[in-house]
Amino acid sequence: MNERNLGDVVLEVKGISLSFGAIRVLNNISFNVRKGEIRSIIGPNGAGKSSMLNVINGVYHPQEGSITYRGETRQQMKVHHAAAQGIARTFQNIALFKGMSTLDNIMTGRNLKIKSNLLWQAIYWGKAQREEIEHRRKVEEIIDFLEIQEIRKTPVGRLPYGMQKRVELGRALAAEPDLLLLDEPMAGMNVEEKEDMCRFVLDINDEFGTTIVLIEHDMGVVMDLSDRVVVLDYGRQLADGAPDEVRSNQAVIDAYLGVSH
Amino acid sequence: MLYREAGEFKSTYQADQAILTIRQDRWFMWAMLAFAFLVIPLISSEYWLGTILLPFLILALAALGLNVLTGYAGQLSLGTGGFMATGAFAAYKLATAFPELHIVVVILLAGLLTAGVGILFGIPSLRIKGFYLAVATLASQFFLIWMFNKFGWFTNYSASGVISAPPMSVFGDAFVTGPYATAEAKYLFTLSLVVLFALMTKNLVRSNIGREWMAVRDMDIAAEIIGIKMLSTKLKAFAYSSFLCGISGALWAFVYTGSVEPLAFDVNRSFQILFMIIIGGLGSIMGAFLGAAFIVLLPIFLSNAPHWIGLNIPVDLISHIEFMVFGVLIIFFLIVEPHGLARLWQLLKEKLRLWPFPY
Repeated sequence: MNERNLGDVVLEVKGISLSFGAIRVLNNISFNVRKGEIRSIIGPNGAGKSSMLNVINGVYHPQEGSITYRGETRQQMKVHHAAAQGIARTFQNIALFKGMSTLDNIMTGRNLKIKSNLLWQAIYWGKAQREEIEHRRKVEEIIDFLEIQEIRKTPVGRLPYGMQKRVELGRALAAEPDLLLLDEPMAGMNVEEKEDMCRFVLDINDEFGTTIVLIEHDMGVVMDLSDRVVVLDYGRQLADGAPDEVRSNQAVIDAYLGVSH
Repeated sequence: MLYREAGEFKSTYQADQAILTIRQDRWFMWAMLAFAFLVIPLISSEYWLGTILLPFLILALAALGLNVLTGYAGQLSLGTGGFMATGAFAAYKLATAFPELHIVVVILLAGLLTAGVGILFGIPSLRIKGFYLAVATLASQFFLIWMFNKFGWFTNYSASGVISAPPMSVFGDAFVTGPYATAEAKYLFTLSLVVLFALMTKNLVRSNIGREWMAVRDMDIAAEIIGIKMLSTKLKAFAYSSFLCGISGALWAFVYTGSVEPLAFDVNRSFQILFMIIIGGLGSIMGAFLGAAFIVLLPIFLSNAPHWIGLNIPVDLISHIEFMVFGVLIIFFLIVEPHGLARLWQLLKEKLRLWPFPY
């Protein structure tokens, strides 16, 4: 996969350091993401992978370093700015809107694209209704893509875990993101569900040209899907490179891939 | 057997996104509306219309308002009474300062003013959540009532602190406030407004803003990450909720009682409305009406029931029994279905769809 032609650098993080009080979560992390690539972040539990995603979409504000996204350099991202600029994400512990149906969850993902105001929505006529229908059409495309037609009216709280993960991916896709951050999309899934999810990730990357940053523990998945891999351990950056390079890196093997010491 | 969606196919998203997607539901709703608008005014006595159905409708509107804020947007509020009082006093000041204004304009403006006050008291919701927000809104409740008692300007310096609605008509002789108003006119006027606002609220909660409210309620961090602005979404919920509560208060003061003092909107009123939506069902339009019916109509039914079945029980004993039975029923319904009467209604419909051959 690594011989694919990758585009320009779309996201660059430089020297990111993040602390909570005395605890250093990220320590001088630098890497970039190219347009159209699948970029993985791996590392043992507590390595700072999720924190890194939170820095990228502005949930956490690093004390040091800079983030360049689409040529615009900032010290910190802001959550709303990130969303408006086409960064979407899923969560390690599913963060769906439990009381709403699958359809409504995915429709909510399109909230930034809906323009009609409160009054129009109250009347639900003309412009507002046309807009609802137009967005419903887009959402149905996503529902088709993820093969979740039969659960579209089901409240997501009643869905099994694997399905919830899929709906969450749908909600992120609904925003038509340029950069998709996936936090352990396959955690806790069986082999079949994992294979489905891998297929979706590849298809999203392939069909929509979405750039993907992926956190995943399943090494087989990471090595197969990724163009390049960053390895974190205790907030430090151990390696950065193509899957094969990372796999043969001694520091990575020692820290993570579990060779007997 | 009769109630099922088999054979009803939707070929457009518009049809699939309709409020009531099952044909029988639509018939039922039209029948209910026809009954409420045409039959009830004909068969009901003045007592029923004026002292039972009118407060039921007005409190259902307040419950609808609170349900937007608490049930849909997840912001617990104990300030409903205060917002109703704001609506009542705003309507009074408007109606006395500009006597030429039409009653509908007065009521809508009172609602808008209350929406402004609601936004003001909603600002803390960005920082505090849950019970702490409830306490903050409780402060607004006490502050608003105190303000209307304290400053004579609000009551046009009436010695008793009571405001009385001037006679106002919708058109011609159709008075809905004051001594010439008939119970039928009051009932139909209130019913029209309540149906209109219920429809508007339903439209809002099935549109983008409603989804944003529910997203904030269910998982605020995720909501923020997909681009929902916390402050404006919460303040819109406060604004719309207070708008409805304000209109409800204005109707209470003008159409139902005719004259009112701030104490009618004390904290007990806030709790009453909150109980309505908890018993009726949080996050449900139907729930607001079912809850209001439960709280307003059931006590009346209970106090009359012994008489109807021919039991001769002293009045004071009846009122004690009424309290006991009412309390037991509240506990019973909350145990049977914590999600409220609206959920029971929904479950009943789901069962009915499969009846008589459940699989």
